[in-house]
Amino acid sequence: MSDLLKIADKTYHSRLLVGTGKYKDFAETRAAIDASGAEIITVAIRRTNIGQTAGEPSLLDFLPPEEFTYLPNTAGCYSADDAVRTLRLARELLDGHKLVKLEVLGDPHTLYPNMIETLAAAKTLVKDGFDVMVYCSDDPIIAKQLEEIGCVAVMPLASLIGSGMGILNPWNLQIIIDNAKVPVLVDAGVGTASDAAIAMELGCQGILMNTAIAAAGNPILMAGAMKKAVEAGREAYLAGRMPKKLYSASPSSPTTGLIS
Amino acid sequence: MQLIINGKPRSFDAASFTVAVLVQQLELVGKRLAIERNGEIVPRSQFEVTSLADGDKLEIVGAVGGG
Repeated sequence: MSDLLKIADKTYHSRLLVGTGKYKDFAETRAAIDASGAEIITVAIRRTNIGQTAGEPSLLDFLPPEEFTYLPNTAGCYSADDAVRTLRLARELLDGHKLVKLEVLGDPHTLYPNMIETLAAAKTLVKDGFDVMVYCSDDPIIAKQLEEIGCVAVMPLASLIGSGMGILNPWNLQIIIDNAKVPVLVDAGVGTASDAAIAMELGCQGILMNTAIAAAGNPILMAGAMKKAVEAGREAYLAGRMPKKLYSASPSSPTTGLIS
Repeated sequence: MQLIINGKPRSFDAASFTVAVLVQQLELVGKRLAIERNGEIVPRSQFEVTSLADGDKLEIVGAVGGG
């Protein structure tokens, strides 16, 4: 079955996007990403360690940009200006790469997004030619505004970043999905495979996660579980679930031919 | 001259040199990085022709693991 994820005119087979943080080492990062089947991977932009890195391996040695679609993020940015500045550096770093993940945080304790700064940054970045996938709160009005600004994907949280609390407000996600003309991906909050399946069953186009895999007891095994959950949830969504009924008057087995 | 590199002051004997020379001095040749000088990105194609001056503030960044 050909069911591709399309973001900004490029298509992907995998609907699971993964982060590259919090792993034990680069070898584990690579093994988990291979097990996840992800084609799009997020990276952060940080100051280079000067004087300590000569000859040391880097993330890019283990995850060559030719093999994956890099999604540089603005993690740790608390203002629109910092986010825009970070992504301009990312574009230079990755040879003119346009696809980016915008997130502007509002509070270091909860990592809840600051949507006023996010909207301002999104406007500037779209005008500057970036393809913006935007992390946002699960407010349907804000999600629509981000789409209207020109973001190529809207990525509401399912619950707080790194919390693993799962899909806390499926109803808001449903409204966002129903109203959207661009792909909606759940970003943040997934804790285990069933969370990923639930999000996909709602009609999300994909899921972005990091901690749920990296902080699992066995990250590589969990990466494989997430791959299957995203695929299972997607197929269930496409298949269309049976209607819910409190009880059924139509059993699955024939009502005739019973012995007496 | 003195440069502020990634928030830390560093002194150099020469009065001026290019960004390309700085990249050599910091043993960063061949690393994938992006450089901002006084808030403006210096494209890689301009490393050879961009001269640094005393007091310049530089940010040198790379890609690291993140979510």
